[in-house]
Amino acid sequence: MIDFEPTEEQALIRDTVAEFARGEIRPRARDADESGKIPEDVLARAHELGLIANGLPEAYGGGGERSALTGALVAEELAHGDLSIALAILAPGLLAYPVADLGSEAQKARLLPALIASPGALGTLALQEPRFDSDPYRPRTQARRTADGWRLDGAKCLVPWPETVRHVLVLASVDETLAGFVVPSEAAGLRATPDAYLGIRALPTAELSLDDVKLPAEARLDGAPDGSARALVARGRVGLAALAVGVASAAFELARDYAKERHAFGAPIATKQAMAFKLADMAIEIDGARLLVWEAAWRLDRGEDATREATLAMQQVRRVALEVTDGAVQVFGGHGYIREYLPELLLRNARGFACFEALSLV
Amino acid sequence: MALEQMRPVSRRYDEDEHALPTEWVDYYWQTGRKGAPGSLGGATDGFVQVCIQAEELCFGDAGLYLRMPTAALGGSAVSAAGTPEQKERFLRPFRESPHPIWGAMAITEASAGSDSAAIQTSARYDAERDEWVLNGTKIFCTAGEGASQIEGGFVVVWATVDKTLGRGGIKSFVVPAKTPGMKLVGLEKKLGIRASDTATLVFEDCRVASANLLGGRAKAEKKAEPARAGDKGFKGAMATFDASRPIVAAMAVGVGRAALDFLVEELARQGVEIRYDSPPRSQTALERDVIDMQAELQAARLLTWRAASMMNRGRPNSLEASMAKAKAGLVVTKITQKAVELLGPPGYSKKLLVEKWMRDAKINDIYEGTQQINQLIVARRILEYSSSQLR
Ligand SMILES: Cc1cc2nc3c(=O)[nH]c(=O)nc-3n(C[C@H](O)[C@H](O)[C@H](O)COP(=O)(O)OP(=O)(O)OC[C@H]3O[C@@H](n4cnc5c(N)ncnc54)[C@H](O)[C@@H]3O)c2cc1C
Repeated sequence: MIDFEPTEEQALIRDTVAEFARGEIRPRARDADESGKIPEDVLARAHELGLIANGLPEAYGGGGERSALTGALVAEELAHGDLSIALAILAPGLLAYPVADLGSEAQKARLLPALIASPGALGTLALQEPRFDSDPYRPRTQARRTADGWRLDGAKCLVPWPETVRHVLVLASVDETLAGFVVPSEAAGLRATPDAYLGIRALPTAELSLDDVKLPAEARLDGAPDGSARALVARGRVGLAALAVGVASAAFELARDYAKERHAFGAPIATKQAMAFKLADMAIEIDGARLLVWEAAWRLDRGEDATREATLAMQQVRRVALEVTDGAVQVFGGHGYIREYLPELLLRNARGFACFEALSLV
Repeated sequence: MALEQMRPVSRRYDEDEHALPTEWVDYYWQTGRKGAPGSLGGATDGFVQVCIQAEELCFGDAGLYLRMPTAALGGSAVSAAGTPEQKERFLRPFRESPHPIWGAMAITEASAGSDSAAIQTSARYDAERDEWVLNGTKIFCTAGEGASQIEGGFVVVWATVDKTLGRGGIKSFVVPAKTPGMKLVGLEKKLGIRASDTATLVFEDCRVASANLLGGRAKAEKKAEPARAGDKGFKGAMATFDASRPIVAAMAVGVGRAALDFLVEELARQGVEIRYDSPPRSQTALERDVIDMQAELQAARLLTWRAASMMNRGRPNSLEASMAKAKAGLVVTKITQKAVELLGPPGYSKKLLVEKWMRDAKINDIYEGTQQINQLIVARRILEYSSSQLR
């Protein structure tokens, strides 16, 4: 049924991304977090690797190799380097994938070639809302039909908002259904204010207020047969869960190595069962979570509905990523609390999975 | 005090990491100090009271609490192990100094944290001048900036007079602020409690009068029985923790309560009531989470008060102090993390203080004996194993 080994091609992609993440992303993680800036050269390099383009349709300049499983492998490796930088790299896909999946031919032709060609993120996604019960399936943001198009009202937050952004996909409720609208970043009535969070400090994000934003009829993504954005939430969750596994495995590796090096009471702390069992638990939980992600991705690749599996994966990684990163801080003791070391950064980032949602990250 | 003096500047001194929160420090020195003892030093009675104050003030802001001009842990050490003369000499300035001053305690070194008996900082007795000469480097010293730099304050420094004696050779010395040879070489950037200074102090041929050896000259001169006299010194120093762990546990409870109270108020504002009177199966997951969090916090608080009240009655409380610290450190870490989650994107945002409380809470699981070290102490006691039988 499910094969636990990646194909040769997937392994090659994974290893390439892993090398990039270890060599070029990880060393920049701390600086990016402290300065609140994504290193441009890393984005350019990621673009060269074609990490987003690869999964988009060939007709518009992509590689036509869409696979949720491959996407999950890539996402995990990138986040193993750093979550903020991984999200910045994947940000163009937040618009490009949904357009590819749900857009009409005209929408694809209008948006995809530029999204694929540009090294800067021209597109982004506005899904979450600044409320405790933010619900991706039932946004409070409303879209109403007008004589010649649509009118949007509402508020969004946690929107990746790079300087280069030109279009944002806004999820809104139309009557009782979920729909996506491509909104130019300069649209009248759209206001973006930078926001800041506990984690993902390097990723520029914004809170959006939409106040009577007028859009033409063709702004709505509705080229797919059922025109439903709902199906894409599962794809978002698979991608996010894969990222969370990457964060957790980074924390685990740091903790494991530290525990073997650090001595207390005359022996490596890893020889204390309190530490050894903690590390063992981390390893078990990470592998379990990763398999949930793979299973959901595998279903998506077979064209099946993966809502349940994706939700299980997301539910699991929320806890696992938090516990493992918190555990890494603990293993580092006082040093874990200091910003010279990475565990505290991983903990802050990991907590974000409690409220991140996306569409079609893979 | 917590809501009016601390909360309004919470965010500012979290962001402006190494700045001295002058309005708060001055306020506390002029006003707060008198009304609210709050000080970690001195008190051996009214310990529950001290814990309640610690909770209240950390409900305000744990970072600012740790930055209060008090004798703090240094004071606890002087109270626990000092002679009456030493208590008077070192603690009086905290009542009388015209300007704010700080006390601190420096045990931890780069390669000795949990294993405090492995410290390398040395103390050599210079008989000619009747002084002790300290050499070594201490890290993670809370309030170490103020305590080492501002006249009137002091740092209690743990050092070994003879490495071959192991923990038996460890003694503590009071090093007054500005003593030549004591240098402030760095301040840490941290996950949380950023208003609190965490200093690296270097001691280079730093000389202190023999009268500054905590516990007094008499004990130190029992050369005939150096090991036993010394071990008593170490135990005396460790006894500081019996007094300080309940306070740290109370501080933790304060941070947890800040997040939990806020969560409950915010949910109420959004129309979510917690129905304590309905059976668990008909409560929502959210209600159950909140009830769980409240139960955990209250259990931690009661463990804390019990350890403190035993102190009041002069009963040995090291088991209970470690229980309280282990429980409180862990539950507030979890409660604040959960509060961020339950508040959704706003919980994760810097617009609210909940994310800060999550960062502040975690330290309680680490300092004053990590979670694991306190579990170890509890385990030894309940299993009746010695420290060599269970490590
Ligand atoms: C913000 C801050 C303020 C501080 N303030 C002070 C201060 O004022 N004065 C001071 O002297 N120190 C202070 N400390 C230091 C603090 O007390 C130590 O960091 C703490 O005791 C842990 O030591 P460590 O960091 O060396 O961790 P380590 O001892 O290296 O521990 C690493 C990990 O190993 C575990 N471990 C160690 N031994 C065992 C064992 N036997 N069994 C099971 N697990 C074990 C620990 O629980 C931890 O998870 C402060 C630290 C911080 C971060």
